Amino acid sequence: MDFKSSDTVVAPGPFAGPRSEDILPASAATAVKVVIVGGFGVGKTTLVGAVSEIRPLTTEETMTQAGADVDDNAGVERKTATTVAMDFGRISINDELVLYLFGTPGQQRFWFLWNGLFEGALGAVVLVDTRRLEVSFDVIGRLEERGVPFVVAVNTFPESPSYPVEELRAALDLPAEVPIVGCDARRRESGRDVLMSLMRYLYSLTNPERP
Amino acid sequence: MSDPDQEWDEGDPERLYVITRGRGGLSQRAALDLVTLIVARAEPHPSMQPEHAAILRMCHYPLSVAEVSAYLRLPMSATTVLIADLLADKRVEARAPVPKALLPDRALIEAVMHGLQKL
Ligand SMILES: Nc1nc2c(ncn2[C@@H]2O[C@H](COP(=O)(O)OP(=O)(O)OP(=O)(O)O)[C@@H](O)[C@H]2O)c(=O)[nH]1
Ligand SMILES: [Mg+2]
Repeated sequence: MDFKSSDTVVAPGPFAGPRSEDILPASAATAVKVVIVGGFGVGKTTLVGAVSEIRPLTTEETMTQAGADVDDNAGVERKTATTVAMDFGRISINDELVLYLFGTPGQQRFWFLWNGLFEGALGAVVLVDTRRLEVSFDVIGRLEERGVPFVVAVNTFPESPSYPVEELRAALDLPAEVPIVGCDARRRESGRDVLMSLMRYLYSLTNPERP
Repeated sequence: MSDPDQEWDEGDPERLYVITRGRGGLSQRAALDLVTLIVARAEPHPSMQPEHAAILRMCHYPLSVAEVSAYLRLPMSATTVLIADLLADKRVEARAPVPKALLPDRALIEAVMHGLQKL
């Protein structure tokens, strides 16, 4: 394998920057993030793409098979590495504030790859497909453990059985206050509504005294 | 989900990178979030490592660390090392995201809702 022994980075060039229409204003001062999490093929990338003002981009992280830190071992050439990708999109909220949306697979081992993916996130959208509800159990448990507020969005595929919301709530063992909304990840308005329900839920959490 | 390994891309050896121990800026690197906004404060120079020059060019206007990683086609871990180099030399400015302790913040959530309504 070709490894450089110096501290340089092997990268394919040329390096493109953002297209002119994808440039943020100089006044952009703060960014916030929301994580879209769900099983494989549940529509994460579609949802991100539907609401994003930029064509979704991909960031990746590499992971050694042994799971050890590359820095810990001079004999790196013996290790095989795996690349895991995460799609993301962007919505400019106003001249100063930018919202980023990250779509990530449900397993926790992927989350660890991105330093602080959930750290400082406003909240999360758990995207579920009623044909495979069971893949969401673990995700929901992990988010609860980490204290990340979330809403559940049920993506409607043609062959997906539809259940009354309260049946889904019981199946997913969700507390009464966690919103469950339907969505068509391909439609911008639908994706926007999902984000809105997350925001309304987050808003309600800032005011626990609310009647 | 039954066989997650099949979802993994095999790492291309050409894409792998090695960063020597003792590279500076570790604390700055740790402070870089996916959504920290990076803004160039210096011009790219031909003597620079090409990746550093590329970051200065693309961050003429604010750009998140995640976007820099995507455009460089480099993993986040390598991207943050490069940005930390530039931060240490004061060639870029980092605009940190809202600290976790301040979340959720009513005014912030209201602003986001207002922005989403325009979508
Ligand atoms: N009918 C219908 N199809 C959808 C919907 N959302 C996504 N799809 C389709 O489902 C397939 C998978 O969607 P993706 O957005 O790639 O799913 P993903 O969660 O990003 O998948 P991975 O990244 O591979 O885990 C695509 O062919 C989409 O067109 C939806 O709301 N309704
Ligand atoms: Mg995807």
